[in-house]
Amino acid sequence: MISKRIVLHFPSRLVDQPIVYKLVKDFDLQFNILKAYVTPQEEGLMVFELIGEEENFNKGIEYLTSCGVRIQPLSQDVIRNAAKCTDCGVCVTICPTAALVVDPITRKVLFYDNKCIACEHCVKICPTRAMEVHF
Amino acid sequence: MKTIKEINEKIKKGQAVVVTAAEIIDLVDKKGAKKAAQEVDVVTTGTFGPMCSSGAYFNIGHSKPRIKIGGGTCKFNDVPAYCGLAAVDVYLGATALPEDDPCNKVFPGEFKYGGGHVIQELVSGKDIRLEATGYGTDCYPRKKLSTLINIRDLNEAVLFNMRNCYQNYNVAVNLSDKTIYTYMGLLKARLGNANYCSAGQLSPLLKDPHYRTIGIGTRIFLGGGIGYVSWQGTQHNPNVKRTDKGVPCVPAGTLAVIGDLKQMKPEWLVGTSMLGYGATLVVGIGVPIPMLDEQVAVQAALKDEELFTQVIDYSQSYPQMIPGSLGQVSYAQLKTGKIIVQDKEVATGNISSYSKAQEISETLKSWIKKGDFLLSEAVAGLPMADSGYGCKPLNERPF
Repeated sequence: MISKRIVLHFPSRLVDQPIVYKLVKDFDLQFNILKAYVTPQEEGLMVFELIGEEENFNKGIEYLTSCGVRIQPLSQDVIRNAAKCTDCGVCVTICPTAALVVDPITRKVLFYDNKCIACEHCVKICPTRAMEVHF
Repeated sequence: MKTIKEINEKIKKGQAVVVTAAEIIDLVDKKGAKKAAQEVDVVTTGTFGPMCSSGAYFNIGHSKPRIKIGGGTCKFNDVPAYCGLAAVDVYLGATALPEDDPCNKVFPGEFKYGGGHVIQELVSGKDIRLEATGYGTDCYPRKKLSTLINIRDLNEAVLFNMRNCYQNYNVAVNLSDKTIYTYMGLLKARLGNANYCSAGQLSPLLKDPHYRTIGIGTRIFLGGGIGYVSWQGTQHNPNVKRTDKGVPCVPAGTLAVIGDLKQMKPEWLVGTSMLGYGATLVVGIGVPIPMLDEQVAVQAALKDEELFTQVIDYSQSYPQMIPGSLGQVSYAQLKTGKIIVQDKEVATGNISSYSKAQEISETLKSWIKKGDFLLSEAVAGLPMADSGYGCKPLNERPF
């Protein structure tokens, strides 16, 4: 079994089609939606965790790509801007998945992007706006 | 016993022994205060947190023809500055906001750009839009001015903060059942988190709790450059509950500081936005403590385990001015990442950067070691606990 957090961009022509449903029906995959919306440009955006056997997983991804869905791993989308971050640590209690933690020795803030679910809570509360989302 | 003069002689010769406020802790632990006091000449402290009573004044130079901005209006990148001064002197406060900022009309407001951000951009050498108006006089006929300005072209650019460097600060929690947005950050409902704001064992006034060496005229690290303590800060409140070691366990002393903005650095003066609260400036300050005697060593070696503060409810107690603490915790407990409040384990977050405070104490240490930074004698002391000086609430007298 593998599990990955992925960002899907649906072009406007696909927004009204039940694409994600096929992942369950035809490829036996499980998913957990973390975020989903349609932008003003009518592009669909969905962040989910996709879980399944590796072979099915790869076929599912292949299917999504063949439909015209653009895919990228979530870790590329939420970024900690090291130049702006002051390592204060006010974000750590807001992060629901402990993707942001304070190193007990250096007292610097560490960001584990593999744990991030893109809830964006940190983005607005960061005093220096060092957490950035680039969907 | 050493004097500041003797210490300065050693600094000039490059022979001064300088340690940070974190390093002195281990040293006193190992060798005792007496030996540490003999060996060490200076202890460097540091703090890096949001300090709202900050700002800068400028003399922008006289335009041709002249304009009297005094009594008129003045905006830097749309952020208004105070103009109730002479013709081209203005003061820009860290929390000033553009007139069209929606503030908290759409709650919680984002406060993306304010006076603190302008100050950081100026310091980083960026051009800033200045728009000013005057009412026009015979000697100052011009009524409007729109120009780009740059910090290097201003006659004076001086950081002048009337309250910085709080000696200790509250831990903020929220007992209510909805999220609140405060200057201490977002506080989740029902003790969802606890935010504190101090460098603890590195914080300047916690390491000189009776203001024995820090006074008016003390030369300091300010915003990456050199500054001075100019006065006690506003709300200076020395006569408070103290531990048996003499350290305040509630917010107490404060400093007013001043320094040439032109030699400061944008990484130590950072424009900041507190969601639902406002814009402000994060200020980096480092104060050197001359090791005059054993008693200075004892106090400079106070560690997080010996420094305490109060947990305060920011949903009711703080806004309604209702006194009362939900408990006392040490900075060592706060740094573990959780404290116990009303029998509940609560996650802690710091608004003040300990790692940056450490960097400041190290930077100041290197300046002193290189002989670039001499210690100054205070010309007057700060009001002490027995001075009768204090901070009172407003006694409203409606008319």
